[in-house]
Amino acid sequence: MNNEIKLLFGSSFMLSIAVSALVVLPFTEFSKIEAPKGLRQYTQQELRGRQVYIENECMACHSQQPRSRSQAPDFERGWGRAPVAADYYYDKPVLLGTMRTGPDLFNIAARQPSQDWQLGHLYQPRAYAAESIMPNFQHLFVLKEHAETHDKIVNLPPAYAPRQGVVVAGQQALDLVAYLMALDHTYPVDDAPTIGQIPASLPSASK
Amino acid sequence: MNTMAILLSAFVIAVIGLMFFIWTQRRELISTNREAAESIFGAGEIGAIEDPASTRTSRAAMQEERQSDGIVSKVDPKEIEERIDADRSSASVALLMMSFAAAWLLAGSFFGLISSIKLNAPDWLSGALWLTFGVTRTLHLNIVAYGWAPMACLGCTIWMLPRLLKTTLIGSGYAMLGACVWNLSLLLGLIGIANGYNTGLEWLEIPTPIALGIVVGGALIAMPLVFTLANRKATHLYVSVWYISAALFWFPVLLLAAKLPIHFGIEQATMNWWFGHNVLGLFYTPLSLACIYYLLPKIIGRPVENYNLSLVGFWTLAFFYGQVGGHHLIGSPVPGWLINLSIVQSVMMIVPVAAFTINQHLTMRGHFRLLVHSPTLRFIVFGGMMYTLSSVHGSMEALRSINTITHFTHFTVAHAHLGLYGFVTMVMFGAFYFIMPRIRGYEWPFPKLIALHFWLVVLGFALYFIALSWAGFLQGMMMLDASRPFIDSVVVTQVGLIGRSIGGAVMTLGHIVFVGHFLLMLLHRGPQRDQAALLWRDYMPTHAVVTTSN
Repeated sequence: MNNEIKLLFGSSFMLSIAVSALVVLPFTEFSKIEAPKGLRQYTQQELRGRQVYIENECMACHSQQPRSRSQAPDFERGWGRAPVAADYYYDKPVLLGTMRTGPDLFNIAARQPSQDWQLGHLYQPRAYAAESIMPNFQHLFVLKEHAETHDKIVNLPPAYAPRQGVVVAGQQALDLVAYLMALDHTYPVDDAPTIGQIPASLPSASK
Repeated sequence: MNTMAILLSAFVIAVIGLMFFIWTQRRELISTNREAAESIFGAGEIGAIEDPASTRTSRAAMQEERQSDGIVSKVDPKEIEERIDADRSSASVALLMMSFAAAWLLAGSFFGLISSIKLNAPDWLSGALWLTFGVTRTLHLNIVAYGWAPMACLGCTIWMLPRLLKTTLIGSGYAMLGACVWNLSLLLGLIGIANGYNTGLEWLEIPTPIALGIVVGGALIAMPLVFTLANRKATHLYVSVWYISAALFWFPVLLLAAKLPIHFGIEQATMNWWFGHNVLGLFYTPLSLACIYYLLPKIIGRPVENYNLSLVGFWTLAFFYGQVGGHHLIGSPVPGWLINLSIVQSVMMIVPVAAFTINQHLTMRGHFRLLVHSPTLRFIVFGGMMYTLSSVHGSMEALRSINTITHFTHFTVAHAHLGLYGFVTMVMFGAFYFIMPRIRGYEWPFPKLIALHFWLVVLGFALYFIALSWAGFLQGMMMLDASRPFIDSVVVTQVGLIGRSIGGAVMTLGHIVFVGHFLLMLLHRGPQRDQAALLWRDYMPTHAVVTTSN
């Protein structure tokens, strides 16, 4: 059994080095972090919207982590400053994303603050950007003959509006847009910026 | 002392420590190089080729090729009898897992193909949550990552265990139960994801309570290893056994640690990529390498050329691979030391890969002509080459200068497929072709379908990989050019993405051929070919043994 014990010991040892470096040390290092002053907690509706974002796997195509100015022109695109760990204080789970099939959304609220635009764009992205390959999220909307009193009607460009009736935003669509409208990390952060990081502010012309 | 100096000295100390560690491990695991490498062969078996998936003529051609080396084999019948007993003990459990794997392969291919087409035709198949791109992509990922790849790897390696340990498999019931628990959990998890129950963490999407079922399944599947090791008759633990043992131990620990409800914020991101990379590096990779280290020498009838090198390869893989996950977070707010550590270890992955590559090349040297005759060998050697390529590819991608271009683009997706498809899946195809005739006791009904399968998946994958890498590279370059609007980085990928869909469709066609053939094999349909594959007929043409396996 000698060799088996060696093998077990060795493989546990190797794994524990990796766990220490990539899990335990970050765990202790980030436990001390506090939320930045400019960052507010999500509202109940925003949290529901965040859940819709997760359910629809928006992070399969969108990141929430602009890169520093020394690395990439993310800031010039209007995506905002490079984040610090504290920016994600209220994010459970964290949704950094690994793909940019679509643009970064870390500051989408600052860049595109119109609720109407967001709703219409979710209903049919190609109505706003002809070459977009974003899926349409029409399952979050309802097609009605006539809107009722509390309904939020989605104003679409005529070419994309239904021939009859109106498109009404479902509760999930409204929640999702509420969440997107909360994605604004343009406040300044106190931490000494790490290399290449620029204090917060957005250029006026967004791309 | 500056950061660079600290990092450099820590690195030097780590490498010296690692070398010392390997040296201490070496003392008993390897006494004599040759003897250890030859331990998977019966007495007098070296020089005898073994490919149950090739035709009688191919087999004869292969053997002739080997005999020209001047080695004549004469196998002790007792060894063969023992191996038949070993195969019989693992047959049901291996077959169960391999059948699950084949089913998941088809399902995974379809979801992959649907996702791929959607990037060219975004309004195709919309109107429901489970049909949206993000969800079909996630279903594809989870089906191949928790269905096809692990079931194939586990099925094939559990079949090898009793052979490697020269005994019968003990406790296969636990593994069968484990496989059922695992697959049921996976199915529930997929239904969950399709309906919006999703943790939001890539590679860990399956909701936690359901994922614990996979942890339990994984632990149960490891039980026969423990029992069989305790009853082993092999005095030496062959290199494949280390890989299998370590992987079976690592997986449940990885998934359990990842699912602990304590992770938060950026720490959750580092944990996410610690897991995401280790499930590749410490689970699929060692299991696939275990298959190559056993099957390749068996097929060509020649022991691994440099056995000591395989030991170095094993421990350096265990050490370096564990720490590479941080390179997925270059550019995000994780501590600089962690990123640097991961980049350094990513580059150091060249060590275990070189160890494997040199070994595979030296073992195959002078015998590459066997590839012409042996379909099993073709898959396995191709898979081994893709391991080298994908790992070097990965080391390069971890470098900051390249990562800045390729991160966030389809280039990374192409890389993931180079590893999990080009390497793991190809090796598994080869292993299936080798193992199935041994389990069922008869041959593959249509040998030509094996060749068709090979060329469909190889050509389909080549198109897939080249088209997607190209699209991803252009996408990355456009994204770095501040003078271009973002949408240009979308438009520029369209041609490459069409190429990827075509490549993916050809691969899927290959999978349909493979799974169809697998079903015929399972149900014993088609031409009955039971002349040459059986062990005793292979070695002892005059030995009259009544077929009882099955």
